[in-house]
Amino acid sequence: MTTTPLPDGGAVGEPTDGKARPTAFLDVRDLRVHFPTDDGLVKSVDGLSFQLEKGRTLGIVGESGSGKSVTSLGIMGLHTVGQYGRRKARISGEIWLDGTELMSADPEKVRRLRGREMAMIFQDPLSAMHPYFTVGAQIVEAYRVHHDVDKKTARKRAVELLDRVGIPQPDRRVDDYPHQFSGGMRQRAMIAMALVNNPNLLIADEPTTALDVTVQAQILDLIRDLQKEFGSAVVIITHDLGVVAELADDILVMYGGRCVERGPAERVFRAPQHPYTWGLLGSMPRIDREQTERLIPVKGSPPSLINVPSGCAFNPRCPYADVPKGGVTRTERPELRPVPGTEAGRPHHSACHLAPEERTRIWTEEIAPKL
Amino acid sequence: MRAARGGRGPRRDTGVPGRRRPTAVFAYIVRRLFAVIVMLLVVTLVTFGIFFAIPKLTGADPAALYVGKQADPETIEGIRQKLGLSDPILVQFWHFVTGIVAGRDYTGGGTTVHCDVPCFGYSFRTEQDIWPVLQDRVPVTLSLAAGACVLWLVGGVTTGVVSALKRGSLWDRAAMTVALSGVSLPIYFTGLVSLAVFSYGLGWVDGDYVDFADDPAGWFSGLILPWITLAFLYAAMYARLTRATMLEILGEDYIRTARAKGLREPVVIGKHAMRSTLTPVLTILGMDLGALVGGAILTETTFNLPGLGQAAVKAISDRDLPLILGVTLIAATAVVVANLVVDLLYAVIDPRVRLS
Amino acid sequence: MTIPAQPAPEATEPLLKVEGLVKHFPIVKGLLRRQTGAVRAVDGLDFDVRAGETLGVVGESGCGKSTMGRLITRLLEPTAGKIEFEGRDITHLGVAGMRPMRRDVQMIFQDPYSSLNPRHTVGTIVGAPFRLQGITPEGGVKKEVQRLLELVGLNPEHYNRYPHEFSGGQRQRIGIARALALKPRLVVADEPVSALDVSIQAQVVNLLDDLQEELGLTYVIIAHDLSVIRHVSDRIAVMYLGKIVELADRTSLYERPMHPYTTALLSAVPVPDPGRRVKRERILLKGDVPSPISPPAGCRFHTRCWKATEVCRTDEPRLLAPRAGHQVACHHPENAPGTPEPVTEGAGA
Repeated sequence: MTTTPLPDGGAVGEPTDGKARPTAFLDVRDLRVHFPTDDGLVKSVDGLSFQLEKGRTLGIVGESGSGKSVTSLGIMGLHTVGQYGRRKARISGEIWLDGTELMSADPEKVRRLRGREMAMIFQDPLSAMHPYFTVGAQIVEAYRVHHDVDKKTARKRAVELLDRVGIPQPDRRVDDYPHQFSGGMRQRAMIAMALVNNPNLLIADEPTTALDVTVQAQILDLIRDLQKEFGSAVVIITHDLGVVAELADDILVMYGGRCVERGPAERVFRAPQHPYTWGLLGSMPRIDREQTERLIPVKGSPPSLINVPSGCAFNPRCPYADVPKGGVTRTERPELRPVPGTEAGRPHHSACHLAPEERTRIWTEEIAPKL
Repeated sequence: MRAARGGRGPRRDTGVPGRRRPTAVFAYIVRRLFAVIVMLLVVTLVTFGIFFAIPKLTGADPAALYVGKQADPETIEGIRQKLGLSDPILVQFWHFVTGIVAGRDYTGGGTTVHCDVPCFGYSFRTEQDIWPVLQDRVPVTLSLAAGACVLWLVGGVTTGVVSALKRGSLWDRAAMTVALSGVSLPIYFTGLVSLAVFSYGLGWVDGDYVDFADDPAGWFSGLILPWITLAFLYAAMYARLTRATMLEILGEDYIRTARAKGLREPVVIGKHAMRSTLTPVLTILGMDLGALVGGAILTETTFNLPGLGQAAVKAISDRDLPLILGVTLIAATAVVVANLVVDLLYAVIDPRVRLS
Repeated sequence: MTIPAQPAPEATEPLLKVEGLVKHFPIVKGLLRRQTGAVRAVDGLDFDVRAGETLGVVGESGCGKSTMGRLITRLLEPTAGKIEFEGRDITHLGVAGMRPMRRDVQMIFQDPYSSLNPRHTVGTIVGAPFRLQGITPEGGVKKEVQRLLELVGLNPEHYNRYPHEFSGGQRQRIGIARALALKPRLVVADEPVSALDVSIQAQVVNLLDDLQEELGLTYVIIAHDLSVIRHVSDRIAVMYLGKIVELADRTSLYERPMHPYTTALLSAVPVPDPGRRVKRERILLKGDVPSPISPPAGCRFHTRCWKATEVCRTDEPRLLAPRAGHQVACHHPENAPGTPEPVTEGAGA
């Protein structure tokens, strides 16, 4: 078997030669974000491509250091501003948002899109809101950057949004400071702030990780409802497979700065095609299944992003690294290829040297029964 | 003073809601003012105690100490009676404190000296009340401190911010090297160099202090060199502090949020980052100003400014105990009041601070 | 204070017995340090830990579960109540009195980054308990430490390395090795895996499992993650605002929860199965957890409970056992005996 990349089914990422205008609302092509450090070049994101349509939700799953958060900041263009000091992040690739390429665009133009066309929710709402300004003032500010309205109108809009995200007595709470809100309320306020300009793209980076489980359920429901109402494209970034299963239509699994598997949620959960995804599923205790005696962990630790193995980044931890793969060597990097039989519509991709039949066999015979 | 901060004053509050009510603020101020008075009484008592103890330890006659060695025995005996030096320390202390609010007569050896309200003591060395001396000198020190403060704030904070934003650049490294030398070089060195260059050498400025009311231009020209010298030292410290704080704040999540909202970078820095950066700067500023009003001893001595610091030095070399006591009290008051003001401002800046 | 006695099936002597355990953190104000109130972090707990079992303690932030862990390891002084370890009252033992107990009761902390001194080598960290207790293990401290490192799956040759040279999961293993140094009977683990990545979590969970089997340990595992708790525990206590609201064996608790709060918690857990989200019904609790400074009167959960009635607002429900081995503090328990078996298994409500 050779390793020439197969042409994609059309719906998902294409080779980056030439800047063909995309058809998808959000089209990320070969995104790379590298940070020079004293120890070497940290390749946080190293060639990531995906597409997302309005009204749909993409879940990006990965562990710490997989590059998932860096991806979100890269899309928002937050790596090109605020890079004070000599060591700037090196970013390359293409990010098409609604027909505009952001990477080569004028930074001022990207700034005007930020917060209006694309907005972001962060993990810890306490540290993500300025402690010295009232919640209302921060929402008003977000609105007035992009809308030429007086403070009164903006304040009305802030109260309206706080009400929409389920904050009781919004006309009073609007003048409270973030520390006077509970954790769940703060995250609601953060969502209100992100939605104040009706963005078409909402990126939620670990939006519920800092919250208790009952509050998490409330916030996930809220995000789902709001997406239906606003019809935006949502990227949800998390380490929690449960959270993506709740929200995402499509799932992208990241490992070592690259995408190892990508496809419709049902397929990724029901017939995963990458040993790392198997490892994630096997590592999770499940509340919805019969009690399993033992978890099936992934051995070893996540890779250092400085010396990513030259071949498959997962190779050192992969239980199937020694399975013969038709002459493919360890140093050869597996390309993302569609899983046979899923090319049409929303294809399912995986970057693994194992033959597709072999993967299916391992999953159905060796992994699935143990979960 | 600085080390004592953490324990009292505003406390960080997490979670419990409730807005500040004006009555609560008022009650807080009243409580703090009460604490200020107690504090000043303690300072006075301690200073008193030291003056009381020195003669005991050295075996010197305290009354002789108040007038000088060359005085004749009758004068000394008169002083002893006038000051009530045979009384217990607490009685002397009581006389001193009541003197501040009610004035005081020193009677003994057949003569009476009256000291007007507020009586901070009477110097038998110079034969005058302490308060007018202090009154003369406070404006000089205040002028010096206020002017220098404006200079170092503008210079230090600006340098610090620019350095933080251009971290690692040539500018940053140059500024931080200068700042390091500013912190390390003593005032009498930088002061003398600037005097030599600008006053004696180039003749740009005239070194003598003139009252602002008499001649604003002369006041300015007399103070400009001391200002710059003093400001250089402090600006260096503030630049380093500002740079470090700003770098830390720029890494905060809420700065990322501000950018994610699409705010222009000047707004992100000028509004969101600056507000947080200024908090520690303000804290230190209060302390420094308080301490400085107590006497910028080196600066005043170097530039021959008739301020409190110079008075203190002179009082010490003359062993003019009442004057030392007066200067100490003024300095203590300045520090304590500055502390109070900083704590109040802190509560204004940071809504999480609860006044209690 | 008495729990309606339910003879435990195995009838083993409890290793740890807790009665009426209370911890209030006073709130003081003003110069005179007057106490103006108290955070009622733990407000009356009764439970046993049997030798060889794992008791899971689950609840949301602020429910007092971590305080409970620090009380039973006596890192905190209880305000009231009684803690018995192997029949011995350890409630108010001082530092000296606790020293021999420290061998038997050990704690594992959540944050593998801050719980290890960065300036000490792994050998020093893991060997510290020997020095503190003045014990020289057979074959010397170094040999024993290397044995422990091997036991928790670390390379014994890394004896001289510093914590920062290890990954998060490995650091947690170091913490576990330190806890196991003195061959404790009871290990209290406060969120032992919540700071770790998913794939590493599983390694540590399995390690805890293996060690329990190998060394006959008894665990009290405190966590907010209901899936992890279900996996590791034999019996589970659910805490809400300083109280145990439900205490039952695993199967009974997860399959037939009786307290509405437990039901809501279980229904809120996101399940990694996209097909299920359509089918299952979620109970959304309204509002936030009230402040532990002034917890609601009556049943503490009544402000958020959909089944609350008048009696819930006035009378505090006692922890009773409507079913054998299943205690619940609720006036209107679900799945009470006599109600039909639930049709769907697992998290459904």
